[in-house]
Amino acid sequence: MLGIAGTIPMEDVPLLTGRLTMSDGDILIEGRRIPVSRGTSALIGAAVKTSEALGTPEPFGYIVGDIGRGVGSRHLYKHLVDTFAESAFHTFTFHYLQPIVHWHNRLQQVIQEMDKRPVLVADAGFMYVAKMSGHAPMYDLFTPDIGELAFLADEMAPHPFYTRGFILHEENRVADLIARAYEHNNAARFLLVKGEKDCLADREGILCEVDGPVEEAMEAIGGTGDTLTGIVSALICSGMDMKEAAAVAMRTNRLAGYYSRPTPATQIIDIIRHIPRALEDTLG
Amino acid sequence: MSFLDFFRDKLKQGAPGDNGNADRGIMVFENTGEVIQAEDVLKREGWEVRVMGPPPEIQSGCDLVIEFPLIEKLNILRTLEGEGIPPLQMVPVTGPLLQPVDIFQVKDFGEYLMVRAANMKLTVEKATGTIVNISGGGCPDVPYLASAMVGKSLRDAPSPREIGHTLCGYSLQLAYEEARRRCLA
Repeated sequence: MLGIAGTIPMEDVPLLTGRLTMSDGDILIEGRRIPVSRGTSALIGAAVKTSEALGTPEPFGYIVGDIGRGVGSRHLYKHLVDTFAESAFHTFTFHYLQPIVHWHNRLQQVIQEMDKRPVLVADAGFMYVAKMSGHAPMYDLFTPDIGELAFLADEMAPHPFYTRGFILHEENRVADLIARAYEHNNAARFLLVKGEKDCLADREGILCEVDGPVEEAMEAIGGTGDTLTGIVSALICSGMDMKEAAAVAMRTNRLAGYYSRPTPATQIIDIIRHIPRALEDTLG
Repeated sequence: MSFLDFFRDKLKQGAPGDNGNADRGIMVFENTGEVIQAEDVLKREGWEVRVMGPPPEIQSGCDLVIEFPLIEKLNILRTLEGEGIPPLQMVPVTGPLLQPVDIFQVKDFGEYLMVRAANMKLTVEKATGTIVNISGGGCPDVPYLASAMVGKSLRDAPSPREIGHTLCGYSLQLAYEEARRRCLA
């Protein structure tokens, strides 16, 4: 089963755990309805749609409200530290959490002691804290965009806000940034980079690239990286190996964007709706 | 202006320049939201302060500190205590601090303009000044900021400085200011 942990931008939502489904464009968990917008709800929407299309079990969610104060994130970290050892996920994706190094390290300790640990995917705030803590190589997949790749490549930066200018200027040299991230052990086993060309890489370099269809507006639309992470997580959990899952996810995410006929004002839910058709075309 | 006033103004300026920071200190706060509030208060009062990244020994996560002229420690502390946001620590700067990103990238989509600062992107419809999308970032206030700002005009939307809490929120503030500068000028 696929597990997903992250926050949603509603301060009054307590920790919710349970199977994730979708209805009328909203996420359903523990009987609560959560609208899909950018962030973890977009990742969940994409993962649910992908799982439905593949006929695999619904993802299991750990969701809490947090508007940036970190209160919900701390609650979620603590719950995971207390319960993760007893879980049996095939794949687990960590997403929008406040980067808090000591909580990350406590959770990592729990995971390290598991007899069989899940495939570990990290994106957004949890990817930041994984790098910040020096434990990036423990993860199987990071899913940065180009700006976040520059952050991973900067061994001095604890957060993308501090990425040094000379590295930001290297953004058109993706292969060099990937090499630099691995050189300083600031990358997961695989990197799935979302950019003008999407690519999968490991320590040896770029393994595969997908560059079409091209929709320039996708860069401006909040949540297109979240949907890519959601799709690839569900595909990995279905049993695909990393390279196949990444190639299918990159192509599917681009196709779903293309089918939505996007402008820079398109909202992410309009792309998520097209994931089943895009996945069918990619796998067809 | 009296001589003392002149002297005090010089002290308030107190920026470190490029040749050292021996006269500078840093203030550490409970969270990024307090840093942003304190920066507002101190700049409003005329202090020359800068938001910077903390040195490695005190990094705990999503951090910012405020660099200030050390000689004004007591006056600044009194000001912040008066505002109810006293720092957790005030210590001398002992090494180089991390510089926040100061590079903007702008992409013109014709009807829309996208401004990026660090990992945050804000896109505006040029004709109306309406914020149509916010992308990038990974801290939990980013989806919250997007829900509060998207669909509103640059003139009416709340600023990330007012309602954000993290470094991603601070990055978005920089993109928001640059978008205002370009679209509302």
